[in-house]
Amino acid sequence: MSNSIHRFKQGDLYIILDVNSGGVHVVDKIVYDLIGLLNPPLSEEMPEEIVKILKEYPEEELKECYEEIYSLYCDKILFSADEYRQYAEMSIKAPIKAMCLHVSHDCNLRCKYCFAETGDFGTGRKIMTPETGRKAIDFLIEKSAGRQNLELDFFGGEPLMAWETVKETVDYARSVEKQHGKNFRFTITTNGMLLDDEKIEYINREMSNCVLSLDGRKEVNDNIRITPNNKGCYDIIVPKYKKLVEGRVNKDRTDYYVRGTFTKHNLDFVEDVLHIVSLGFDQLSVEPVTAPEEMDYAITEKDLPVIFKGYDRLYDIMAESVEKTGRKPFNFFHYMIDLQQGPCAIKRLRGCGCGNEYVAVTPDGDVYPCHQFVGIDEWKMGTIYDGVIDQNIANYFAKTHIYSKEGCSDCWARFYCSGGCNATSFIYDGDVRKPNKLQCELMRKRIECGIALSVKMRDGFDE
Amino acid sequence: MKHIKTVNKANLKETAVKGGCGKCQTSCQSACKTSCTIANQQCEANK
Repeated sequence: MSNSIHRFKQGDLYIILDVNSGGVHVVDKIVYDLIGLLNPPLSEEMPEEIVKILKEYPEEELKECYEEIYSLYCDKILFSADEYRQYAEMSIKAPIKAMCLHVSHDCNLRCKYCFAETGDFGTGRKIMTPETGRKAIDFLIEKSAGRQNLELDFFGGEPLMAWETVKETVDYARSVEKQHGKNFRFTITTNGMLLDDEKIEYINREMSNCVLSLDGRKEVNDNIRITPNNKGCYDIIVPKYKKLVEGRVNKDRTDYYVRGTFTKHNLDFVEDVLHIVSLGFDQLSVEPVTAPEEMDYAITEKDLPVIFKGYDRLYDIMAESVEKTGRKPFNFFHYMIDLQQGPCAIKRLRGCGCGNEYVAVTPDGDVYPCHQFVGIDEWKMGTIYDGVIDQNIANYFAKTHIYSKEGCSDCWARFYCSGGCNATSFIYDGDVRKPNKLQCELMRKRIECGIALSVKMRDGFDE
Repeated sequence: MKHIKTVNKANLKETAVKGGCGKCQTSCQSACKTSCTIANQQCEANK
C-alpha cells in the first residue's frame, strides 16, 4: 500500500488519512478494502485486477467507489505528494521563546521512576536564587528577538520548594514585559506537596496552566510516588489539587492538567484515568514512563498489546460519551488532535523546538536544550550569565526534523508527532535523530485514537 | 459522496506557505514533558 495514505479501523470507523494534505476521510468497508490495493499515480479507469481480487463485492459498486477515490485523488486530498522537504532544508535556528526554569534541583518526593534522579539531576541539590530567576527573564527577553508570546514553566525538582524565587521571577517579568513588547505565560509543574491557600491563589492568578502530578489510584500512586520516609503522597495532594482546580474554574482559568505516569506495574492505566476522573478532574494526561529497558518498571515491547487494548478501551469510553452527549467526558492529552486548526506544516517539521525555541535553565543558570538533557555535559549550551549559546548545538537542532530523523520520512504519523521527543531518542538509543521504536508504536496508536475521536466530535460534517 | 465522507479541509499544504510565525505554544510546555505530540497544539496566528 502507498505510504502517502494510512488506513485504520478504530471502533466502528474506517478511516483513511491522507498523510501529506492532512485530509481525513471516513469510508465504508468496500472503499477501505479497495484503497489498500491502489498505488499512485491512479488512472481514470479502475485497474482490471481489482474485480478479481475483491470478488466479494459487485463490480458496479467497486467502480462507483473507485470514481470517488479518483475524484479525491484529482483534488489532491488522497495520495497527495510530500512537498515539505524543501521547507525542512531551509530550516534555520529560531529565537528562544520558551524556557523550562529549574528553580529547584531538590524534591520532597522520591518517585521511583524520576528521570531527574530524585530531583537533583545528578548535579547536587540546589535552589535557584531570585537573582538568577530575574537574570533568566532578561536572557529570555533578549534571545526571543521578535517573538511576542514567551512561555516560562517553573519546573524542578519540585518548584514549590523555591517559592520565593517563583514569585520574584513572575513579579519581575510582569514589571518589564510591557516595555519590551512581550507577553509572558507562566506555567508550573508540581507534585502538590507544598500547596497551601496562598500558593493556590497565586498560581490561579498568575499561571496560565499548571500541571499537577498524580498517577491515579491510591495504591498505584503510593507505590511509586513516595516521600523520603517511604510514605505515599496521595492523601496529602488530592485535597489540595481539588481546591486548586475549584479555584481555577471559578476564575475561568480552565487550563490545568492532572498528569500521571504509568509503568509496567499499572498497565491497566485506564483504571487510573477513570479514577482521576472520578475525583472530579476533567483535564488529564496519563503517559507511559520513559525509562531504560533494564528498569523493573520500564515498558517493553511485550507490554504493547495490553497497552493498546487499554488505549482502545479509553477511546471506546470517550467515543460513547461523544455519541450520547456530543461532548467528550474529559480531555485526555494524547487524544487531543485538532483536525482543523492544528499547527501549521512548518511547526510539524521540527516539533517541540528543543535547543532552539525551547531551552531549560538550571539553578546555576546553565542552559540545556530541554529539561531532559539537563545534567548531560555534552549537551550544555552555555549559561544565562555570559549570554552565549553554543551555536553548533542550536544549529544541530534546527536541522533535526522529520527528514533527518531515521525512519520518519516514510512514517504516516510524521506530521502528528514531528519525529517524537528528541531527549527520549537520546536516552533510549543514544541518538537524537533515531526515534525509539517502542515510543513510535505507542505514539502511532495514540494518534489513531486521537484522530478517530476528533472524527466522532465532528459528527455531522459535510457529506 | 456515497462511500467517502471527508471530515476536514485538508489544508496542511496551505499552512506550509503561510506558516512558521512562531506565535504558538511550545509543545513541551503544555503537559507532556516526556512524550512530544505536536498535533494537539493550536495555531495562534489568527487569534
